[in-house]
Parts: sequence; C-alpha cells; structure tokens
Amino acid sequence: MATPLVRARRREAVALVLPSLIPILVLSVAPLVVGVALAFTDARLVRNPDYGFTGLGNFGALVGNELFWDSLRIGLIWTVGVTVLQLAASMGLALLLNSGLRLQGLTRVLALVPWAMPPVVVAIMWQMIYSANGGPLNAVLGSVGLPGDTNWLGDFATALPAVIIVGVWVGMPQTTVTLLAGLQQIPAELHEAAAVDGASAWRRFTAVTWPSLRPIVTSITSLNFIWNFNSFSLVYVLTAGGPGGKTMVPVLFVYLEAFKNREIGQAAAMGVVLVVLIVLILAVYLRAQFRDDRAERGR
Amino acid sequence: MRALARPAQYLALACYLLFLGFPLLWLISASVKSSGELNSLTVSLVPEQWHWQNYPEALERQGLIRSAGNSLVVALASTALVILIALPASYVLARLKGKVRAAGIGWILVSQVFPVVLIILPLFLILRTLGLTDSLPGLTLVHTTYTLPFALWMLQGYVAAIPVELEEAGAMDGASRLRVLRAIVFPLLAPGVVATAMFSFVASWNEFFFALVLLQSPENYTLPITLNMFIGGEGKVALGPLAAGAVLAAIPSIVFFTLLRRRLTGGLMAGAVKG
Repeated sequence: MATPLVRARRREAVALVLPSLIPILVLSVAPLVVGVALAFTDARLVRNPDYGFTGLGNFGALVGNELFWDSLRIGLIWTVGVTVLQLAASMGLALLLNSGLRLQGLTRVLALVPWAMPPVVVAIMWQMIYSANGGPLNAVLGSVGLPGDTNWLGDFATALPAVIIVGVWVGMPQTTVTLLAGLQQIPAELHEAAAVDGASAWRRFTAVTWPSLRPIVTSITSLNFIWNFNSFSLVYVLTAGGPGGKTMVPVLFVYLEAFKNREIGQAAAMGVVLVVLIVLILAVYLRAQFRDDRAERGR
Repeated sequence: MRALARPAQYLALACYLLFLGFPLLWLISASVKSSGELNSLTVSLVPEQWHWQNYPEALERQGLIRSAGNSLVVALASTALVILIALPASYVLARLKGKVRAAGIGWILVSQVFPVVLIILPLFLILRTLGLTDSLPGLTLVHTTYTLPFALWMLQGYVAAIPVELEEAGAMDGASRLRVLRAIVFPLLAPGVVATAMFSFVASWNEFFFALVLLQSPENYTLPITLNMFIGGEGKVALGPLAAGAVLAAIPSIVFFTLLRRRLTGGLMAGAVKG
C-alpha cells in the first residue's frame, strides 16, 4: 500500500505538524501527567530534593479541610449562578436581536466589548461601579430611596452575588452570539405555522424555539460551566477571595495553597479533585440531556 | 399584539444596553475626572471639568510604560511563534481525511477546557528547572502554547475553505508543492492569518494568570500585573490615573476585536453549533 509517494507525503505531514506537537507535549500534556503524579507526593515549592510518594495522604488531608469544602460550595454557587444567569440573559438578548429591532449593530458591538477587555480592566471597572464611596450603583439606589451605602464587594452577604453579576457581564457576548446563530437557523415557517395556529409568544418559544436550540444550549452550557469553574483572574482581582473567604472559589484556593503556602503536592491533589468533580457533573448533565433527547424522539 | 410588544422590546433592549455599556462609560468618565470630583459625594457620568491630565499621569506612573512594553514584546513574540508553528500544522490538519483529522479537531476542542489549575504547578516546576520563570521568554513560551490550539482551529478552517482543486490545478501545470503553497495557498490564506494573529495578540495582551504565577520582579511585569499592583499596592489609590491606565490597556484589544468581530464569531459559532 505504502507507495514511495505516500511515504514521502506522510514524512512531509509529520514534519509540518511536529513544530506544533512539541510545545504542546512539553508544555501542556506532560504537565497534566506530572500534575496528577504530584498529587501523590509531598512536593513543596521550596526546593526539597527528598520529597516522596505519600500515597493517598494528600487526599485524606482534604477530607478534613473545611476551608476546601467551603471553597467547593462557593465554587458551585459561582459556577452554577454565572452559567444559568448567562444563559437566561443571553437568551433574552439573542431573541431581541433576532426580532428585527433597530440598534442591533450598536448592541452587537457593545455586547462584544466585555469579551475583548483584559480581565484586570473589567475588574477595575466594576470595583468603581460597586464602590461604597461615590459608586454609581449606590448613587442610583440612594436616589430612589433605597439604602445607598452598601459595600458591595466588601460585605459578607453581597460579595458573592456581586462577583457573579460581573461573571455574567463578561460571559454574555459569546453565549449571545452563539444562541443568535442558532436562532437564525430555525426556519421562519415553523414560527409562522405556530402563529397561524394561534400559539402565544411564550408557547411558540417553548414549542418551536427551545427544542430547536437544545443541542446548542447543551454545548454552550457545558463549555460555560467549565470556563466559569476554571476562571481565576476576575475573582482574584475583584476580591482576592475576600471578604472573609466568602468569594474563595476553588481555583483561587488551589493557587494560594501552591504559591502562598507552597504546598505543591497538596494543591495538586485539590486540582485532581476539582477535575474529577467537573467531569462527573458534566457527565451527569450530558447524560440527562441525552436521555431527554431520546425520550423526545421516541414520542 | 405586535404593536404592544414593540415598546416592551425596546425597553428590554435599553436595559441590556445600559447593563453592557454603562460600566465602560463609567470607566471612561472616571478617567477624565479630577481626584476632587472622584472623591466627592456628588455622582455624575459627565465630569464637571474634563481632566485630561490623568492620561499623562498614568503613563508617568512607575512601571506602566515599561510593563506595556513587556506586554507588547511578549504578545508580538508569541503571536509570531503561534503563526509560524500553526501555519504548517493547520495546513496538514485541514487536508487530512477521516479519523486523524477528527482526532486532531477533538483534541483542540478538549484543550480549550484544560484544567489550568492542575497544569500550572508542574509547568511552574518545569520552567523553573529550565531557568525560565520570572522571564519574558518563559512567559512567551507559555502564551504560545496556550493560544496554539485555538489558532490551529481558526487557521485550519481557513485552509479548509480553499478548494483542493486549485492546488491540484497548480500541480498539473507542473508547479512544485512549495510553489503551489506560495503562489496559491498563502495569498488566499492571508486574511485568515491576519485574523488569527490579531486573536493571538489579544489573548497574550490580556492574559493575567500565567503572568501572575511566573513573573516575580517588577521590571518583568506585564501590563495587567502592573495595573493589579496599582489597585492593591499603593495605599490610597489614585483612581483617575488608574482608570486612565485601564482605558489605555483595553484599547488594543477592543480595536482588534471590533475589526475581527465577524470572523471570530463565525469561527466560534461553527464550533459551538456543530459541537
């Protein structure tokens, strides 16, 4: 089979791909493997040549680490909160943009800005919005007679919701654009037929739009879930996990464990737990979606 | 029914515009307010007096220009590397058939959701062994690796859009492979390369996490790290210059993204809709 020509072509292909493969293998695949291995050692950031295998010791220590459990809980609230609100808000905007209003161009450009901005700049901007002294949010609330002196990012009760809103703001563009693409693929006749049958706008959404969008919603929700779970910069700059650990999402917790406490082995074990957790959650979610799809087709 | 719905729709759209646009307007407004006005209790979007000095003041701040220079060097270098490495590979990926191509594309998508927490620890140790932590070349390497998958994804899409028949026609006319690439493929690919380069530049220019972990000396800081230091570090923060610095840091990304809007969303949509 392998004529000289094919062999030459294969060698050519390998030569062309190799420059991509090497950095990827060295700087992302190998670290992933080493990262898992580190979870079973007592490696520390300070150079300790005699670190060694500790079996499941790091994982055992995690069970009793209440701060880690707290960060898991906070991380789930953050991730689910941002992902769900992102979907709801983006769905609304996508439907509006798809319904032939004016100002579409402006809205679309504006909707893409949060996506482009450096996370640090986004965080600085929202710190100003939320500021307890002279922040516009408090000013507006005060002017309509509501309490206008909340320290949004500094108050135990409001810090996590405030950070979640920023997460929604950042993630909306991509979700909106994706949903809009999906909406534009739905044949107009479907809606017209439903309208002729006298279906209300809500009924048309539940009967036509939502089922057609299901595959896109599933994939964008899974991706957003992972991105939000893994997102670090925004929360780090906004609150650094404060006040009193109320916004300590797991990724931030792992970072501090590794680079402030210098416990690399322990931090790696946390990382492994996080990855397993996220894979499990996604598996359950995708399975449920799959089952629903099949049930739908069976009808 | 429709007549009633329209005003409600515009009201909803206005709320979205406010939510999406107001924070940006406020940042820009803060960047042209005097410190007196920023610290006063009266709050307004339009400054009483336009205070342009925040911009030169931001630039004079310790390290801002130097770190912008660092960001520029890292972003340009990693962009050049990404294009250089991804261009040949994306050509192969796009022209491959069947399982290998599917596996390649699948890997690219999976790598978009790699657990960075788990990778950063060994990555840090590996780079430390190589003496590349706290160095701009080290950061450039890391940015290159992490932009590569998406760049490959974008570029292979552009290559796939070039009909193979064009290349075959060139080969029939007796042109060598290199000549076919140079005369037919590269010119058609140029817009895609530009778009991918802009994306890589922005990704590196905005990147925070790796820079935070890898860089220790202030003279190596990139712009996001320096801006973050201004928030936490300098005691009472000078809000006006900070806002001005933030606006300056956001300009390249916003300009590039606005230019790229259609291409980027097109590429991402293709991935999400088919995925």
